Amino acid sequence: MPRLNPDNLQRAHELIALYPEPRSALIPILHVLQEQDGYLTEDGMAHVGALLGLAPVEVRGTATFYDMFHFEPVGRYLVAVCTNIACMLQGAYRLLEHAEERLGVAPGGTTEDGMFTLEDAECLALCGNAPCLTVNWRFFGDVDPSRFDALLDDLRQGRLDDEVPPHGTLSRVRRSVGLTATVDTSARSDAARDGDRTQRAVSAAPSGSGGPAGPAAAGPAAAGPAAAPPAVDLSTHRTTAATSVMDAAHMEGA
Amino acid sequence: MTDAPKIVTRRLLKDRSWTLDTYLADGGYEGLRKALTMTPQGIHDSVNTANILGRGGAGFEAGRKWGMLRQASPVYLTINGDESEPATFKDHALIEGDPHQLIEGAVICAYVIGAAQVFIYVRGEFPLAIERLQAALNEAYAYGAVGNRILGSDFSVDVVVHPGAGAYICGEETALLESLEGKRGYPRIKPPFFPAVMGLYGAPTIVNNVETVANLPWVILHGGDQYAGLGDGRSKGTKLLALAGHVKRPGNYELEWAKVTFRDLIFDPRLGGGIRDDNNLKVIIPGGASSPWIGPEHLDVSLSNEAIAGIGSMAGSGSVIPMDHTTCMVRAAWRIVRFFHRESCGQCTPCREGGGWLEKVLERIEAGRGREADLDLLMDICDNISPGVAWPPAQTTICVLGPSMPPSVAAGLRMFRDEYLAHIRDGRCPFPPDRLPRRLARV
Repeated sequence: MPRLNPDNLQRAHELIALYPEPRSALIPILHVLQEQDGYLTEDGMAHVGALLGLAPVEVRGTATFYDMFHFEPVGRYLVAVCTNIACMLQGAYRLLEHAEERLGVAPGGTTEDGMFTLEDAECLALCGNAPCLTVNWRFFGDVDPSRFDALLDDLRQGRLDDEVPPHGTLSRVRRSVGLTATVDTSARSDAARDGDRTQRAVSAAPSGSGGPAGPAAAGPAAAGPAAAPPAVDLSTHRTTAATSVMDAAHMEGA
Repeated sequence: MTDAPKIVTRRLLKDRSWTLDTYLADGGYEGLRKALTMTPQGIHDSVNTANILGRGGAGFEAGRKWGMLRQASPVYLTINGDESEPATFKDHALIEGDPHQLIEGAVICAYVIGAAQVFIYVRGEFPLAIERLQAALNEAYAYGAVGNRILGSDFSVDVVVHPGAGAYICGEETALLESLEGKRGYPRIKPPFFPAVMGLYGAPTIVNNVETVANLPWVILHGGDQYAGLGDGRSKGTKLLALAGHVKRPGNYELEWAKVTFRDLIFDPRLGGGIRDDNNLKVIIPGGASSPWIGPEHLDVSLSNEAIAGIGSMAGSGSVIPMDHTTCMVRAAWRIVRFFHRESCGQCTPCREGGGWLEKVLERIEAGRGREADLDLLMDICDNISPGVAWPPAQTTICVLGPSMPPSVAAGLRMFRDEYLAHIRDGRCPFPPDRLPRRLARV
């Protein structure tokens, strides 16, 4: 199975440069790996370990603590139905049963066509719109069985491709500023760990002595190309939390 | 009901509220600009006057926490955005809806404590929040509010957005620091009790909740006195209350602390709007799933830290969950216990094993296979997790996740013993089924 591809390798180096200790970048890099392959492969984890100076068992031993990481292939869409108290009070178990019947799998299972993996999730923090679920960690609130069916249909037809990126992509906005602006990642190879250490020494310099943000960081007078606007227009996510929870009806006169 | 200002939520309904343009149009980063003209001690004094209680659940005074910082270098600031307490959804809204406010508050805090670097730990299940926060951070760097020589001052600090990966326990501050160091999220053995003494990489570290630091720009601009003029007693300012469960209008409501009662929150037509289908209110979980339940006789208790503590529970994370008379108390307790059992990190036996035992006993009572002795058995297990089953709870474990299990069981047994007995006597649950799923994912 693949290691980190060149672009993701660069992302990994950028992430390592953000922290005083390289191991702090482990979880963010594992997200990048999972985003690449859909789950954490053994070779991929070994590669990440090599980047950070960790044994494969240390990488795996850490990753298994966290629910978001998968160690076997999952469906293209990970459907997580919240069943915690607020959603349960609004019929989450009926919704989960409906999802089981519609997909033909129990929680933890993947449909034969590889499209959907169903999960029984803990509180997803969208309790004002219970019952809720996430698809690849993108939120859908006030879901009843008929809305669930419509959602499956939309997903199958690719109508939500913009809003539901593959494999729970953690961030489509890359850091364009700050510490990484000082990092020349172009000359790096994943074997160049000594170089990493030098870079970290620079990164970890206390404020005032060149500053943790480095000389190329965007200050008021230095808003260069490194400070380009975000690559993704985030306004397209009409399905999700803050705006739906905090709608006018819920706030007026409060 | 009061006409207190909206301190942390006023921009959330604005168009594209997460962008720098919207933020600047509403006076964004003016708090930081003013803060940089003040001394760190001056701001600290102002925050002490404001008496901002930590909004993560424990309610510890933010200013007092900062004051405990061990004098050493470097010092780190970590913002806790790992919101996972069941039915709490306020920080989620604050990060997604107003990320610049969080950044501004964090930089002000970093200035006061002299932090070398700021890490904002955001729950991994919030990718949109992470995207918006990173985009806002990119904008803030370009604007000069983060990075080198902030807003023309001599102060520089770097802010990093750090994703979690799905673990409730990482909201516990020492587990969060372990996770931020790239390890399993195991809470650290105490003492030292406070990361302010020994935190990230062993350095003094302040861990503050998202809502806590979101208050700072307003406090700087309006002064600690004005903030302390809102609320009452120790509970100053406003509190963001996450109302869920059987109300007509669930949602996040920012209300002046100590000036509104549970009755106002649940029944006021501008707030909760009453119980769904005009059913009867049966019980309230007043401060997150860890808090002891309270009955309708406490509806007129004021929403303040002290008042809720005074009736043997806690304001906690600000999550309020009313349940109506159609709700099975065994099932509700089972679901909460199941959550804590699933999320136990497994370090301490009372939590790891006791949680599973409680879950199994509750499951069999709910399924009609309970025995009368099970009621004593439940209390016995609770007593082993948290001796005395009192509130605030005694602890046999490294952190308070274990002691969060007994309250829902003990309160249910105390208030609804007949209902538990009816399950056992009749061999079935007397309430219409939510249908416990036949095939639950194994823990």
